[in-house]
Amino acid sequence: MKKPVDASNDLQAISRRRDVRRKTLPALAQAGPVSVWMILFVTIPMLFIIYISFMSRGVFGDVIYEFSLESYQTLLDTTYFKVILKSLQVALFTTVLCLALGYPFAYYIARKPPETASKLIMLIMIPFWTNSLMRLNSWLLLFQTSGPINNFLQWSGITEGPITFIYTDALVVLGMITNMLPFAVLPLYSTIEKLQKSLLEASSDLGATPVQTFLKVTLPLTFPGIFSAIILVFIPSLGIYTVSDVLGGGKVLYIGNIIKNQFGAIRNWPLGAALSVLLLVITGLLIFIYTRFAKLEDMEVV
Amino acid sequence: MANLTKIQRRKKMLGILGNVYSVLIYAILYIPVVVMMIFSFNDQRYNYYWNGFTTQWYGKLFSNHTLIGSLWYSLVIAILATVISVLIGTLGALGLKRFEFRAKKLINNMLYVPIIVPEIVLAVALLIIFMNLGFALGMGSILIGHCTFCIPYAVVTIKGRISGDGDSLEEASMDLGANRTQTFFRVTLPSIMPGVMSAAFLSFTLSIDDVVMSNLLAGAKNSTLPVLILSMNKTGITPDVNALTTIMILVIVAGMVLSNLVKGRLHKNASK
Amino acid sequence: MAESIVSLENVEKRFGSNLVVRKMNMEIQAGEFLTLLGPSGCGKTTTLRMIAGFEDASSGIIKVQGERVENKEPYQRDVNTVFQNYSLFPHMTVYDNVAYGLMIKKVPKDEIAVRVAEMLTMVQLGGFEKRKPDELSGGQKQRVAIARALINRPKVLLLDEPLGALDLKLRKQMQIELKRLQRKLGITFVYVTHDQEEALTMSDRIAVMNGGVIEQLADPRTIYDHPKTRFVAGFIGESNIFDGAVKAVNGKRIQVQTPAGLITTYGEGFQVGEEMHVSIRPEYLDASREPVEGFDLPAAVKDFTYMGTVVKTALDMKDGSETKFSRIEQDDQLREGDPVYLFWRPEKSVAIKKTVPQGG
Repeated sequence: MKKPVDASNDLQAISRRRDVRRKTLPALAQAGPVSVWMILFVTIPMLFIIYISFMSRGVFGDVIYEFSLESYQTLLDTTYFKVILKSLQVALFTTVLCLALGYPFAYYIARKPPETASKLIMLIMIPFWTNSLMRLNSWLLLFQTSGPINNFLQWSGITEGPITFIYTDALVVLGMITNMLPFAVLPLYSTIEKLQKSLLEASSDLGATPVQTFLKVTLPLTFPGIFSAIILVFIPSLGIYTVSDVLGGGKVLYIGNIIKNQFGAIRNWPLGAALSVLLLVITGLLIFIYTRFAKLEDMEVV
Repeated sequence: MANLTKIQRRKKMLGILGNVYSVLIYAILYIPVVVMMIFSFNDQRYNYYWNGFTTQWYGKLFSNHTLIGSLWYSLVIAILATVISVLIGTLGALGLKRFEFRAKKLINNMLYVPIIVPEIVLAVALLIIFMNLGFALGMGSILIGHCTFCIPYAVVTIKGRISGDGDSLEEASMDLGANRTQTFFRVTLPSIMPGVMSAAFLSFTLSIDDVVMSNLLAGAKNSTLPVLILSMNKTGITPDVNALTTIMILVIVAGMVLSNLVKGRLHKNASK
Repeated sequence: MAESIVSLENVEKRFGSNLVVRKMNMEIQAGEFLTLLGPSGCGKTTTLRMIAGFEDASSGIIKVQGERVENKEPYQRDVNTVFQNYSLFPHMTVYDNVAYGLMIKKVPKDEIAVRVAEMLTMVQLGGFEKRKPDELSGGQKQRVAIARALINRPKVLLLDEPLGALDLKLRKQMQIELKRLQRKLGITFVYVTHDQEEALTMSDRIAVMNGGVIEQLADPRTIYDHPKTRFVAGFIGESNIFDGAVKAVNGKRIQVQTPAGLITTYGEGFQVGEEMHVSIRPEYLDASREPVEGFDLPAAVKDFTYMGTVVKTALDMKDGSETKFSRIEQDDQLREGDPVYLFWRPEKSVAIKKTVPQGG
């Protein structure tokens, strides 16, 4: 007896072949390069830096590949511990100021008609096409001991002699703000902009004063934007070293400077790695909290 | 004012307050740029104090070989980084949006690492890997470093622009007789083009302004413009750098204005 | 019988463990306007997408013009689709959208220009060539989508709820236009909709689908007047459906005992004691003060709803269910709360066999 041709088997084979052509090959071609790049240049380096942080430094700045907690113990030394605390303090200060300055500003823009708003947003971005070091340098020029600000203060009689602004934490924070403010404003703007006006009207209709409406409706609904802003300002502020290089004149040191130095003249890779791991842990912690109430994809990073 | 109600008066006051406030914020952002521009006209080699007006630096900067050399170096790296990042980023955005595969979640999360983690950490991590592999530092290492943070930004930017009905546009194209390749170039790519363009712009600006990666991953020979500026910071930044930076921002702004004008013109013509 | 242009033989579609289309058999005839009608999730769109080639059938055979198409890509099939959300290419003008299929086929430029102009005139969009899709209204987008598909002169045009996004007035107008277009061109239309009124107005034949199965495939009149299953009776138009068991059979006349009372209908092939359904349209229902022969269906008037041309009367039955009947004008004698007896001319009701649930 002749076996009947099994049409469904035939179809399954066709379907499998088409799946390869339709899905597997395009998926490989499209998602392949980015996946390989990310694994080679992000995943592996990140794992390796964690590994290095548990090694120790040899006499000549080489790495001794034996498990050791030396670097982490060094972090608890008063010198380094103070730097870590100070960096956290400055980053926190920058974040709070950026939020405080940025929220009303974002609110102001979000309440404009969309076309005006997009122009105002553009206006925030333009300064960022200027080299950030040059912009930081401008603050230095302004706040020089005999710079325009000090000259004005003395001329107007507000102060007797020149005030030392440069190489202070205060000036570093000002520099941080000018570098970080847009990263606070953009996520705040996009959440406030999405906030429906009818919700505010409903709140007001139900008898809430503007302040009550803000506290009970606006603030909770824009919280994801606030937290995005915190992450996008706090974490980079913690690691940045150029601001303190330019405005701190190398006298004010933060975690970023210390890390960089371990890979330069001082040459203590495990210590630099341990400090990097510290930054990674702080970042991970904040992201973990963020993902509890919002999706990572919704963070307005661009 | 007299015939305004109390509420109208309060609203008006709030409006004025808002305007004043936003002007102050813009001032914080723009003062550094304006000061930088003003000092490009400073008649003094050591650009600390204002000495008098001159336009000489705009001519002299072109004979500063170190400066021009680093500018070219930066431009070459930025262009290469942009091309590579946009290429990998466009494909990646499409692939990650459309296909389901096992490592997808890992890759998606990995993309956020360069965006969120402080740049110094990534730079140091790459440096350790390169040193251990004996990979010579130079343009190649800087390029890899720049691409590593540009690609995620490109993917995120383009992914945001891939509309939900992208699939159905492609189906429509195939239904009308176009094969997969034709569909990609005629429908898929053009429909995400705005995203691709902003990814390119973003990658370019990120790369050309980068200090941290370039500083750590640079070899002994050449330095990019920002790294050069950072090193000059110790001795004082000369006015010709201000002049060059001023030219650069003017070029970018002019380019933006021009492209907007062209876009507006095209749009107008199309709707006629 | 006309020539069959699309045929489905035992076609099944599975998404994971979910059987969306079951053992479907259907012959679509050349030149007809066939509608796949059913609630969302009944498998109608999936069926259409399998014909277009966007989905592979899990098993079964699909033929277009007698040729098997399972291993043909969508761009190799001689069918075109009008998509639910139009799927116009946003970066192309109306002209480029419509010309797309011809351009891909490398038709000479002059011929493309002529045919696009022709097509745009036909869908009354002459002068819109330079517009972009986002500068068009919903109805205009719809016309472009139709023109873009039809310009390729497909053997079969597949339409996936093409009018779903339009407002009522425009939808009615487009229904008529589409029907005219189909008549004029003589192309086979396979039309998917969940709107039964739309299906009734436009189609030559309707396939009513439910749970991945075609419940009935027939012309609109037959579907409306002689629903074959309880689902079809309930889905097409408004119906009062009584579930009960045959009490007595007298020729074609059948008496049925239901929880709401005794009723009479016409039907063949029913046995005493058999469970069945009886469907009666609201417009055929009548009410009297006294029981009528063959009926014992007491009800109480609940309320009246003014619907424009008709007045709908809702009645409470003794088993707690609700029955509706409609009249051109409000019956003067009836008041809310009045007790009445319902009846109808038995030949106006439809006797429906109880269907055995589909066993996989």
